[in-house]
Amino acid sequence: MDILLAIAIMALGAVVLGAALGFASIKFKVEGDPLVEKIEAILPQTQCGQCGFPGCKPYAEAIAKGDVDINLCPPGGMEGVAKLADLLGREVKPLDAEEKPKQIAIIDENTCIGCTLCIQACPVDAIVGAAKQMHTIITPLCTGCELCLPPCPVECIRMEAITENIDNWKWKYPVVEIKAAPLQKAA
Amino acid sequence: MLMNLFKFKGGVKPPTNKTQSLGLSIAQAPLPSKLVVPLHQSIGGTPRPVVQAGDKVLKGQLIGEADGWISAAVHAPTSGTVLEVAMHVQPHPSGLDAMCVVIEPDGKDEWIARQPVDYQALTPEQVREGLQQAGVVGLGGAVFPTHGKLTASKTVPMDELVINGAECEPFITCDDLLMRERAEEVVRGIGVFRDLLQPKKVLIGIEDNKPEAAAAMRAAVDALGEPFLVVQVPTLYPAGGAKQLIRVLTGKEVPASKRSTDLGVQCFNVATAYTAWRAIAHGEPVVSRLVTVTGNVGEPRNYEVLIGTPMGELLQLAQPQPDTDGIVMGGPMMGFLVPDAKVPVVKATNCLIAHSERLFPPKAPEMPCIRCGACAQACPHELQPFEMYWFSRAKNFGKTQEYHIFDCIECGCCSFVCPSRIPLVQYFRFAKSEIWARERDKNAAEGAKARFEFKQLRDEREKAEKAEKLAKAAAAQAAKKAAEAAAAAAAEASPTAPDSAAAATQVQASAATVEATATPAVDAEKEAKKAAIAAAMARAKAQREAVQPKNTEQLSAVQQREQAEIEARRQAAHLTDPAQAEPAAPASEKTD
Amino acid sequence: MSHYLFILVGAVLVNNVVLVKILGLCPFMGVSKKLETAYGMGAATTFVLTMATGASYIIDHYLLMPFGLEYLRTLSFIVTIAAIVQLTEMVIAKTSPTLQQTLGIYLPLITTNCAVLGVPLLNIANGYNFVESLLFGAGSAVGFSLVLILFAGIRERIEGADVPVYFRGVAIAMITAGLMALAFMGFAGLDKYQ
Repeated sequence: MDILLAIAIMALGAVVLGAALGFASIKFKVEGDPLVEKIEAILPQTQCGQCGFPGCKPYAEAIAKGDVDINLCPPGGMEGVAKLADLLGREVKPLDAEEKPKQIAIIDENTCIGCTLCIQACPVDAIVGAAKQMHTIITPLCTGCELCLPPCPVECIRMEAITENIDNWKWKYPVVEIKAAPLQKAA
Repeated sequence: MLMNLFKFKGGVKPPTNKTQSLGLSIAQAPLPSKLVVPLHQSIGGTPRPVVQAGDKVLKGQLIGEADGWISAAVHAPTSGTVLEVAMHVQPHPSGLDAMCVVIEPDGKDEWIARQPVDYQALTPEQVREGLQQAGVVGLGGAVFPTHGKLTASKTVPMDELVINGAECEPFITCDDLLMRERAEEVVRGIGVFRDLLQPKKVLIGIEDNKPEAAAAMRAAVDALGEPFLVVQVPTLYPAGGAKQLIRVLTGKEVPASKRSTDLGVQCFNVATAYTAWRAIAHGEPVVSRLVTVTGNVGEPRNYEVLIGTPMGELLQLAQPQPDTDGIVMGGPMMGFLVPDAKVPVVKATNCLIAHSERLFPPKAPEMPCIRCGACAQACPHELQPFEMYWFSRAKNFGKTQEYHIFDCIECGCCSFVCPSRIPLVQYFRFAKSEIWARERDKNAAEGAKARFEFKQLRDEREKAEKAEKLAKAAAAQAAKKAAEAAAAAAAEASPTAPDSAAAATQVQASAATVEATATPAVDAEKEAKKAAIAAAMARAKAQREAVQPKNTEQLSAVQQREQAEIEARRQAAHLTDPAQAEPAAPASEKTD
Repeated sequence: MSHYLFILVGAVLVNNVVLVKILGLCPFMGVSKKLETAYGMGAATTFVLTMATGASYIIDHYLLMPFGLEYLRTLSFIVTIAAIVQLTEMVIAKTSPTLQQTLGIYLPLITTNCAVLGVPLLNIANGYNFVESLLFGAGSAVGFSLVLILFAGIRERIEGADVPVYFRGVAIAMITAGLMALAFMGFAGLDKYQ
């Protein structure tokens, strides 16, 4: 008898709580995922597809779902991984690929035949030109995604690392110079 | 001169070391062997070079054209030949190169045709543009293009115009000498600023350790009958910081996030006023400036120096001591060791100090922060440098911003008083430039994202437009063909006529259903898809229509009738297959 | 009335659930790396703990005791707590997805937070009535949040400090927690004036 009562009471509790939770899950239904936007803000927006997704947003969506690792974005570098880990409370993992210095594409304008293939490939509209006319890259807009390299039939596009100049120079972290104390000569 | 002065918190009193260079009057520095004129000498856009190697230039000739509104032109400091336009090392803490115009003087120092203007006859816009063309920038050290500061806020009335003659940094005396010797032109220049900004009051702030300068300025103000107030402010570093002087004279605090005009106040350096007047009344662009040469030298003095003069050559004039081991540009508080004696004097160079270990003994090594709070007491901006230091050091930049790191003016008071000798300002500069770099990256990423999304949208739209165009053409064709078929059928008056008419109506009907389903779709994407579907369907019809009645004219009546019959049967049996439209559009696959 | 005040003060400071009773250490170490998450966790736990004490009191007194089913306490309390946690998670997911992400696994783990189960059981052991139970629950929750936030603040600063390499991370956090517990011993006796 006792055991039946116990079972009945527990069952009652389960039913009541289950109903409450079911109601809540309808009432507090989450639509869309604002997290995607936060993740996307961290991604470098090169739209390079090196993560295996067609652009930064799909990758952000996949991360938000929890389908993929956070270390697939080489342009974002370790810093990006660290930021994502921080946002999502996940472990920092080493980058899945080699970290490259920031680059931009340069078109050798003498070799360019004006085929417009690179213009179509550029995800961020950083290449200007017209058919049979020389193309050129708008340097400040180039994200260095390298997507314009494969379609070029004459291989006139190369990547160049961005060098330090007066405009992008940064103050260095103050380093204390350690000088070796002069040796005291034994008398 | 009774006036209620305000105070700023903090500040330090380093030994002023000004008397050394005050003994002699301003001297004209001789022409150097060559002039290296950097194109980027002001905040804002880098001027574009307008000369080439081999060009002959005259003194005051434009060599760099201002790029954008916040940018100022650059001029040849003397007559001569352009040797090259190339990268040269800059008077910048980075020691990196930037584009310079190198000029070999011909020794004649021949001016271009100078055209003095009567600024009162010009509109304010013209005056501002004239100042930009003359390369007038803030000579107090920030080198912000002056014309950009000469527009009053539209909403806030201009209360005060503050003229900065405080010159609080130790060793520097160039503004002092300028006010003593050329007070009249300074006051006339202030008059120009006053006329452009229309402030209620003009206050000239001069530290009280420069009584001669104050007296000279007062005399000039009286002589010209201007209602300017010459105010002596207490000598306290950094009273000469624009924000500090504004605070002392007006009691207003300018936060980092606001422009001073938003608070109805604007501040200019005395030397800026002087060059502005030279530019307007004499047509002389900024090709030279006063530079204090002092420190470890035999004869400290102020020189009128052509922009582009190599610092090493200038220093030689003051007979540096043999143990001189470097040149500091600026004062000992905010200045920096220049990377090379070859770097040129620029518009921002107010002082050169010959550096020696005797004069500036090397700092003892940095010790841990003991949180004594001395830096917070010394900070003229009431910041908490020890907190900003803690988080800059840990590279926790978000926290540094919470402690208002961008309100820091890098005056160096905190480093000056720190008993642990921590180079606090270096940490703040590091943190600031990191934050800026991040900001740049973020903006670039946002721009890239926007362009990427726009490109996607455009591709989508182009696809939709193409589909629509095809659909229209196809529909037109279909209608035509249907009409033709109907006409042909009617002409023959054959019993199948109603059938082909039915076919025609069916085309319309299907178009109508597509239309109907399309209407509730709100977003563009669905619309586009629908359009594509409609186009595909219409194309399918059109193609079918286009295929069969090709040479109906040549057919016999019997054949025609037969064909019409077959066609009608096909219609009835719904044998028409969307796959017929296969090459037209893959979108047709979505119809089912 | 002062009786209630003593229960509250005792729960917040003197018998602090984390530092004195050593309950709920898992989230205390786990989500104290950043101040923001500590605030979130504190608020979530406060809500859950207060609700759980109330609910468990009702269940105990009106469901279990009349039928002599006291042996089902732990079981039924856990179920109740789990339900409340689920509810809280849904609310947080709706209102602040970032907080949900940053709290991560620690949010559902409030279910197994021993403080949340321990406090209702202590209530029964102490023989508190409904109001006393609620006060004790709320006090314990506030105490938990207090030390969690204090600890997160300290840890944020430690991030920038020159901690010897072998002490970095959890090791120095443990030492800090120990020092905090020592400091909280100073409150002993504060609730004994009666």
